Amino acid sequence: MESVYLALVLAPLVGAIAAGLFGKLIGRTGSHWVTILGVGASFALSLVVFKHIVLDGAEVYNATVYTWMVSEGIRFEVGFLVDSLTALMICVVTFVSLMVHIYTIGYMHEDPGYQRFFSYIALFTFAMLMLVMSNNFLQLFFGWEAVGLVSYLLIGFWYERDTAIFANMKAFLVNRIGDFGFLLGIGLILANFGSLDYHEVFAQAPTMVTESIEILPGSAWSLMTVICILLFIGAMGKSAQVPLHVWLPDSMEGPTPISALIHAATMVTAGIFMVARMSPLFETSETALSVVLVIGALTSFLMGLVGIVQNDIKRVVAYSTLSQLGYMTVALGASAYAAGIFHLMTHAFFKALLFLAAGSVIIGMHHDQDIRNMGGLKKYMPITYWTSLIGTLALIGFPGFSGFFSKDAIIEATHASSIPGSSFAYVLVLAGVFVTALYSFRMFFLVFHGKERMDDHTREHLHESSGVVVWPLILLAIPSLGIGYLTIGDVLFGDYFDGVIHVAANHDVLGHLAGDWHGATAMITHGIMAPPFWLAMGGLATAAYLYLMRPELPGKIKDRLQIFVTILENKYGFDDFNQKYIAGGCRGIGNLLWKVGDEKLIDGLMVNGSARTVGWVSSIVRQVQTGMMYHYAFAMILGLLGLLTWFVIR
Amino acid sequence: MFSDWPLLSLVVWTPIIGAMLVLAAGRPGGDAPKHIALATSIVTFILSIPLWSGFDVATSQMQFVEQVPWIESFGIQYYMGIDGISMPLILLTTFTTVLVVLAGWEVIKDRPAQYMAAFLLMEGLMVGVFSALDSILFYVFWEGMLIPMFLIIGVWGGPNRVYATFKFFLYTFLGSVLMLVALIYMGFKADTFNILAFHGLGLGMTEQVLIFLAFLLAFAVKVPMWPVHTWLPDAHVEAPTGGSVVLAAIMLKMGGYGFLRFSLPITPDASNHLDWLIISMSLIAIVYIGFVALVQGDMKKLIAYSSIAHMGFVTLGFFLPFAIAESTGSISNAAMGMQGGMVQMISHGFISGAMFLCVGVMYDRMHSRQIADYGGVVNTMPVFAAFMVLFAMSNAGLPGTSGFVGEFMVILASIKANFWYAFLAATTLIIGAAYTLWMIKRVIFGKIANDNVAALTDINSREKLILSILAIAVLTLGLWPAPLIDVMRVTIDNLLQHIAVSKL
Repeated sequence: MESVYLALVLAPLVGAIAAGLFGKLIGRTGSHWVTILGVGASFALSLVVFKHIVLDGAEVYNATVYTWMVSEGIRFEVGFLVDSLTALMICVVTFVSLMVHIYTIGYMHEDPGYQRFFSYIALFTFAMLMLVMSNNFLQLFFGWEAVGLVSYLLIGFWYERDTAIFANMKAFLVNRIGDFGFLLGIGLILANFGSLDYHEVFAQAPTMVTESIEILPGSAWSLMTVICILLFIGAMGKSAQVPLHVWLPDSMEGPTPISALIHAATMVTAGIFMVARMSPLFETSETALSVVLVIGALTSFLMGLVGIVQNDIKRVVAYSTLSQLGYMTVALGASAYAAGIFHLMTHAFFKALLFLAAGSVIIGMHHDQDIRNMGGLKKYMPITYWTSLIGTLALIGFPGFSGFFSKDAIIEATHASSIPGSSFAYVLVLAGVFVTALYSFRMFFLVFHGKERMDDHTREHLHESSGVVVWPLILLAIPSLGIGYLTIGDVLFGDYFDGVIHVAANHDVLGHLAGDWHGATAMITHGIMAPPFWLAMGGLATAAYLYLMRPELPGKIKDRLQIFVTILENKYGFDDFNQKYIAGGCRGIGNLLWKVGDEKLIDGLMVNGSARTVGWVSSIVRQVQTGMMYHYAFAMILGLLGLLTWFVIR
Repeated sequence: MFSDWPLLSLVVWTPIIGAMLVLAAGRPGGDAPKHIALATSIVTFILSIPLWSGFDVATSQMQFVEQVPWIESFGIQYYMGIDGISMPLILLTTFTTVLVVLAGWEVIKDRPAQYMAAFLLMEGLMVGVFSALDSILFYVFWEGMLIPMFLIIGVWGGPNRVYATFKFFLYTFLGSVLMLVALIYMGFKADTFNILAFHGLGLGMTEQVLIFLAFLLAFAVKVPMWPVHTWLPDAHVEAPTGGSVVLAAIMLKMGGYGFLRFSLPITPDASNHLDWLIISMSLIAIVYIGFVALVQGDMKKLIAYSSIAHMGFVTLGFFLPFAIAESTGSISNAAMGMQGGMVQMISHGFISGAMFLCVGVMYDRMHSRQIADYGGVVNTMPVFAAFMVLFAMSNAGLPGTSGFVGEFMVILASIKANFWYAFLAATTLIIGAAYTLWMIKRVIFGKIANDNVAALTDINSREKLILSILAIAVLTLGLWPAPLIDVMRVTIDNLLQHIAVSKL
């Protein structure tokens, strides 16, 4: 199988190199074919791997590809670990990537950077596969930063836009704050475990529970807690958790296909994947789990609220992504790692669908993204409408749709959890269900129903998007509808993750829930009677009332609740604070150190002071200066000889 | 086939003889000097390859040794040899010189023969520094190498070159004169100027501290370490592109090399006693200088400050062993930090060279280094922009590029000594990315800022060749650093064993 794994990873890279370096030579069509074939091959091989590992139950594959370096006898390697978690991730990544590749043919067909775009998204696919297939922390970090690089390049794809090149720098730097923690976490692992190999580290984890580390003098902290929190800081950057979430809404400056692929379906879930992969470590520290739980709950609720006041179609979906990432993080914190991964999978399908549908709307609207200028698009774009409806119902967790199973499992797991903070998280994720339905259907109604608010020119040209755009929507709508029903039994309550995800017995909320599990159909019938369903319906009804029946009301409510709306519109002030105090503060420190430290103190006092002294002396001996270079050189040699002689005869 | 050739002498003297030929062939308007210079640099590079291919990685003994008496009455010898520390630096020197000659090909209009000759001369002397095993020979090369550099800045430099040259001279002269005193003191004490004999020379604590401080001044100026770094931004700003490349890529490494060849093995107890000083200076360099780099408006200054911050990792990695030995109980746990410092030196040679060349490419067209004069360069120079973004990412330590390897190893090593060392060092992940990418944002991306940018033409095939070679080097070292580390492993292990033994 080794050659299969290698081919699976390298196929998109070959496509990326071909389209990137030889894009002019092979042309636009050549570029999209070579990358689509690469990613398509990768997807086909992923299915082969899935069958091999999951259906046929083959041995977990864990082997080295090559040795990056050896230092102090520790091998730093590039290698693959392929188990059921990897198999699931590579199928999701390559499938969504393939859909996005096809969609891009339609979305970007007028763009002068066509080849470059295909090269980037294929390169992204390669980096993401390296990340999820890694068997060690080094390669994980490689993939981690590489997807960040491609994200940087793609957010700034339209490099003439000031907002885009600000957003991509911001995204990279905020992610680097996360990586800062991540790297320190990896450093502590290497220093204490003597290895970066997953299996070796996981095997030692239980023996490290009692170890402590003295970070501040006189304070002994649990080593595992410190390591897990540092690793989680990395996840907070990549998976955009409060307060490192600020880059994700701005990343919408990139073209829509990558918002779907990178900033919704795959890259931003890398943090979730990482924590799930590290379950043997996180299980050793309840404190760390508690932090994960609370951060996730805050993100899920607070970011959902902001989604209600956004008017840019992509930003609504972006805040919804933040909120859903919060749900996944809550699942991790509640030790329901499988539920987090399960939601990651369903979310990848329905959120990619929603983004691509939003892109289809944007094409129809001639790149106007303001939902206040839309309305009544249902009759012009029927396929986009129906697929969006499926995606939205999946997002709000309507019973039977894929999101229902994953989100309900997370809510139930949080309810059952005994990790400190779980009751707080439970309230927030429950309230989040109402918020999700409200912002989702607000957008849905404003876009597809009600009065047609666009100008006449736009209306005359409105039509359904082309085949390469709508086919990916349809293909993504299928799993958005059915994948939850089909797989929940195996993935959450079966033995899918046995031996891959480790849960301590006293944290095993999913095992607890499995006792009440009577099949997916029973879950639906049970779900209709449970609070999340009624909260979702409440949100849907509120949205319908406000935006379909009484469209004049939202304006009035907004005037009444001005303070809250302002807070939400300012996104709680995170951006202003960062801009003013963090970015401004760093520049201030830089100027201070430069002007005062370097120029006044070091240069002014030490260097030029001595230079002036020398200058004064030299004004006296200037007579011997001739301006001829060989005189100086000669004098230097003479001086050297003189010094030597003095030492010798001394 | 090369085993009986005096390879080191060939690598030292070929470029020096080539420099003479270039000068002799120098007539106004003729192309001959350039061709001779290029041929010489390529031949030198080829001659240096057997130093690597024939290198025995299993021994820490000096290899390719040449030893003949020079000034017998004082016991001064023409004694050269290399180990796993100096060999990579020699290859870096010969490699970089080829690129520098190419980079000056059609850019230098004023006295091109003398320009090329100065670089060739400098190449020979720099290789001499890295291969000399007699301290007086070392000192001659060490000082001699400065003369061509003075000339390069003084003759082909910018408007403020006199101040910069003066500052450069003052700093380096003050630094190295004390080193000479230390060398002569030890020479008389040991009755030889053999550096390897100094390693075994018994020295008391006071002697060691004094010698250590003398060396520290010389090497800290060269690295440069905070607070003796302020000559570097000025020198870079005034130097022509080739001068900046050699200065950043090779000359700064002399300081790091000096710590490994002199300070640590000759004065292990003083190094142990004063390691806190170097570690503090290194950490200040990483953090303080990072902030200073952030607010620079001149691209060359920005890269110069970034160099100082990156060199902080080198000195940090070199002086971690004692702290690691104390916290983990064995000094052999410190190899990673030392190897990381070495990798950082080589990698910084590629990256800083590439960054200065990139600025040079723009300067040749716009005659400005000010960030504010640029904006939207990608629109008119897309191929160049791709290279510049790659090197910028490498400068920001992106995994997969060489810039990551050394920083990664030093951070991983420093966490074993003290969590806060690693904490401060790792801030480079954020600050380094901030100053590099902010520059990229303002220079490369955006709309075309003005007519001058609109009139830019993309890089020609000569420039493309130079940058491609560097890009390959940066990526190869980033994706597979194992060969470089294998070369230095035994030497560094041996050095660690040596410094673990007290001389007192």
